[in-house]
Amino acid sequence: MKRRDFLKSAAVFVSGASVSISALEIFEPGEILAAAPELRWAFLVDTYKCVGCGFCVKGCKIENDIPLEANVTRTWVERYVLTKDGDVVADSPKGALNGFTSNLIDQNASGMKKIADTDIAQAFFVPKLCNHCETPACVQVCPVGATYQTADGVVLVDRTWCIGCGYCIMGCPYGVRFFHPVEKVVDKCTFCYHRISNGQTTACVQACPFGARQIGNLRDPGDPVAKAVLTQRVGVLRDEYGTKPHVFYIGLNMEVR
Amino acid sequence: MKNHVWRPLFVVIGLVVFILLVRMLYVPVDFNAQEKGYTFGYHRLSNEQEWKDYPAKYKESGYCLECHPENTATLAESAHAMIPCENCHGAALQHPDAPELLTVDRSRELCVRCHSSLFMPSSGRSAIPGIDPAEHNVDELCSDCHNPHNPSLEEM
Repeated sequence: MKRRDFLKSAAVFVSGASVSISALEIFEPGEILAAAPELRWAFLVDTYKCVGCGFCVKGCKIENDIPLEANVTRTWVERYVLTKDGDVVADSPKGALNGFTSNLIDQNASGMKKIADTDIAQAFFVPKLCNHCETPACVQVCPVGATYQTADGVVLVDRTWCIGCGYCIMGCPYGVRFFHPVEKVVDKCTFCYHRISNGQTTACVQACPFGARQIGNLRDPGDPVAKAVLTQRVGVLRDEYGTKPHVFYIGLNMEVR
Repeated sequence: MKNHVWRPLFVVIGLVVFILLVRMLYVPVDFNAQEKGYTFGYHRLSNEQEWKDYPAKYKESGYCLECHPENTATLAESAHAMIPCENCHGAALQHPDAPELLTVDRSRELCVRCHSSLFMPSSGRSAIPGIDPAEHNVDELCSDCHNPHNPSLEEM
C-alpha cells in the first residue's frame, strides 16, 4: 500500500467512525431522570383567598414541634396595607400565629399605626414559607453538607450534621431559616416532607379553611398546582436573585417584598 | 540531606494519614454527592428517610369522620363546612389511644382569627361577617350563643 492510499483510507475511516460513534451516544437513564424527574414539589398561594386567620402558622408549629411562643416560625403571614397616598405599611405580629385581629399595624419601634378605612387603597395578606428554590443559595453556602436538595426538589437540613454556623440563615434571600431554640440547629420549612412523602398534604395546606395554600407536583400535567402555574398569571418572590423559587403566588403585588 | 530536615516532613505525612483515617471512620458511607450533584445534593442520603419518618400529628378531617358522624350532616350544610375539625378540636396525634380525649379550643381568640372585623379590600377577609372583639359581649364565650357547627344567625 502506498503512503498516499494509506493516509486517504485512514482519513475516511476516522471521519466515518467518528460520525457513527457520535450518532450512537448512549444515554444514561439516570442522567435523563435527573434532568426531568417525575416529581418536583411546588407550592401555590392564592393571596386573594387568604384572610389572615393564621391557622396555617399554628398548624405548622404544632406539626413540626416549633415552640409556639418562640419568636421563630417556618411559615408566617404578612399583612400589607397600601394607602391612597402610596404608602406601604406591613406587619406580621408573632408571624400571625394568632391571626390578625386588630386594625392597628405593628410598626415595631415607632409603635402601633392606625390607618383610617377611608385612606386604604388596598389591603391583603401574603403567606410566606420556604421557596424550595431550584438553585438554593442557602445550600451552596453550607460548609459541611448539612443542608441539601432532594431529587424531588425539597430543601432539607440534616440535624445530626448541622454545626449551626448560620451561613445559610444569612444566605437565604427570603429569610425563611432560623435557629431552632430546642434542637440547637438551623431549621426551616420542609414542605412537611414526612406528610407529602406518605400521601398526605402539608400541615399548613390541610389547616387552611379557604384553600389559599396548595401543594402539588409540577411534573404531573393533571395536578391542580401544575395547571395553575402553567395557565394562570403567577408570580414569585425576588426573581432577581436567580434562585428559581418554587412557591408561586396568585395576585402578587410589586409592593410585596 | 540531614535527618532533621526530613523529620518534619514525616510528621506532616503522618498527620495527613491520621486525618484521612479519622475522616474515613467518621463520615458515613452514604455521605456523598447525590442526584442534585455536588453543589446542591452533597449530603448524607439516609437523612431523607429520617425526615420521611418524622411523626405526623394532624390526621385530617377524613380520619375524624370515621368514628364521629354525629355532627357531620349539620356541619356539611353550614358556612363552617370548610374548617378542618382539628383547627378547633386540636391535632389528633394518636387519638383515640393517646390522647384519649382532645381538648376543644373554645376561646374567643380562636373565633376572632376570622371574625374580627378588618377593612381588607382585595382580600377574602372582607366577605366574612365580623365583629369588634373589644365591644361584642366581651366577657362571654362565642359558643355560649353561637353554634360553631351551625353558625347561621337565623337558627340561633
